[in-house]
Amino acid sequence: MSFLAIQTIYIYEMRRFLRTLFQSFFSPIILTSLYFIVFGAAIGSKINTVDGVSYGAFIVPGLIMLNVMNESTSNASFGIFMPKFEGTIYEILSAPISFYEIVLGYVGAAATKSIIIGLVVLGTAYLFVELPIAHPGIMLFFLLMTCISFSLLGFIIGILSKNWEQLQVMPLLVITPLVFLGGSFYSISMLPPVWQYITMFNPVVYLISGFRWSFFGISDVPIFISLVAIIFFTAGCVMIIWWIFKTGFRIKQ
Amino acid sequence: MTENLKIAVSVSGLSKTYNNGLIALNDISLDIMKGEILALLGSNGAGKTTLISIICGIVNPTYGVVKVGGYNVIYQYRDARRLVGLVPQELSLESFETVFDTIKFSRGLFGKPRDNCYLERTLRQLSLWDKRNTPVLELSGGMKRRVLIAKALSHEPRVLFLDEPTAGVDVQLRKDMWKIVRCLRETGVTVILTTHYIEEAELIADRIGVIDKGKLLLLDDKSVLMKKMGKKELQIDLQVPIDVIPNSILKYNIKLTDDHESLIYTYEKNSDRLGISKLLGDLAAAGVILKDVSTRQTSLEEIFVDLVGEKK
Repeated sequence: MSFLAIQTIYIYEMRRFLRTLFQSFFSPIILTSLYFIVFGAAIGSKINTVDGVSYGAFIVPGLIMLNVMNESTSNASFGIFMPKFEGTIYEILSAPISFYEIVLGYVGAAATKSIIIGLVVLGTAYLFVELPIAHPGIMLFFLLMTCISFSLLGFIIGILSKNWEQLQVMPLLVITPLVFLGGSFYSISMLPPVWQYITMFNPVVYLISGFRWSFFGISDVPIFISLVAIIFFTAGCVMIIWWIFKTGFRIKQ
Repeated sequence: MTENLKIAVSVSGLSKTYNNGLIALNDISLDIMKGEILALLGSNGAGKTTLISIICGIVNPTYGVVKVGGYNVIYQYRDARRLVGLVPQELSLESFETVFDTIKFSRGLFGKPRDNCYLERTLRQLSLWDKRNTPVLELSGGMKRRVLIAKALSHEPRVLFLDEPTAGVDVQLRKDMWKIVRCLRETGVTVILTTHYIEEAELIADRIGVIDKGKLLLLDDKSVLMKKMGKKELQIDLQVPIDVIPNSILKYNIKLTDDHESLIYTYEKNSDRLGISKLLGDLAAAGVILKDVSTRQTSLEEIFVDLVGEKK
């Protein structure tokens, strides 16, 4: 394994993040603050508590998940799509490195950025609400795994996308609705029974539920199922990437 | 065994058929020796870039075996690719990176430890040192081409591929590039360049291969090729223009120029009997008065056109 090559890709991608610091760093802070003003103060004041937790605090795990999932996907997809778009992918493909070194570099950087953004959102939340973290270790594990798995998903999207439109469509039309409908801002138990059943087919429900459990000790689905779900999702993404590099699908002719 | 040690790149039975059914390469075999400059000639779509791309690991072969430095490019790809540098045809660069950062990236990607002195030398050699902190986006086309060469050289390759290196390049850069190529050869680097500018091949290559429609039509030393296939032309300028070629010299392979002021006699340079003396005697006998006589060697371009034309 070439650690130097992994480090090179990682640093290159992190520098891109620093070049767009305002967009990467401040936009989540502004968005999170707006969410707190609208949902926490304006609407949240009409809702007393959800499962014994103040509504302002209840939405924090969902907000963090919303941010890290979107950021992971867009960072990783953009990271690998740009070399394809600019034609510089030739250098990566002709370098003496394997697919896992390429993935570790790109996905590692995308996941790092998302973790930073997740922690920034968490820090911003403390400005607005009191927030206990019941299981900090599990919280960090969920945050890390979500960042990694969604960065892997973004990497797949970046490889499969043939143009900018396709690159945008997947996060916009698939991931954002799944996150919003996955219990980011409400408890599944608040839905009618039919919707509660349908919602269980949304994989994001398991991630948000597990993440919320790590804060408040309450969840819509058992924590064990959430843990299994995130591990399976990550493994699935790795398998798809392995297949893409093995066959050269959309990257090599 | 000794012969194998001298081979930098070995291609054996290589074929490539793309998903759309296009046969880009058809059973190509060739050995490229260490330290030589090989020019691959061919028109657009002949298969030159596909051949290079397979050797560099960018395109998967359909059949055949490729080895670089004795390493199989599929099964021992790490060892094989470490030896190879590629300057692609397109100006594909990271637009927002500075020149120095982009070549540092290339070196790291190939697993080479940091060596800013070497990178500085490379940039100076390519007249890029002054532009080291300039974003690639702000460079001219010629400068970008230089950056591509610097990137390919950044990890000290032993085999360098230059894919159409002088397309859209000014005379100065072309000269600089050939200077660098010659320097590289002196250090034992093997250089393979593809081009459809035949004068480039004629100027710099040791051996020349001609590819057409995915087939390697020939591969030979440039001098041997020129000798083997070279024709010469004898131009006879006339004191008084003539309307038609006299009957007595029609048996010669001779043409009258459009302005009727010269005769062009084409002959095989290496044939035993060139027929020049006899032709000149017959011209004198026919009453044709000569003003001047000159000869010209057939260029590689004409050889190439002949070869490709014959296959068609």
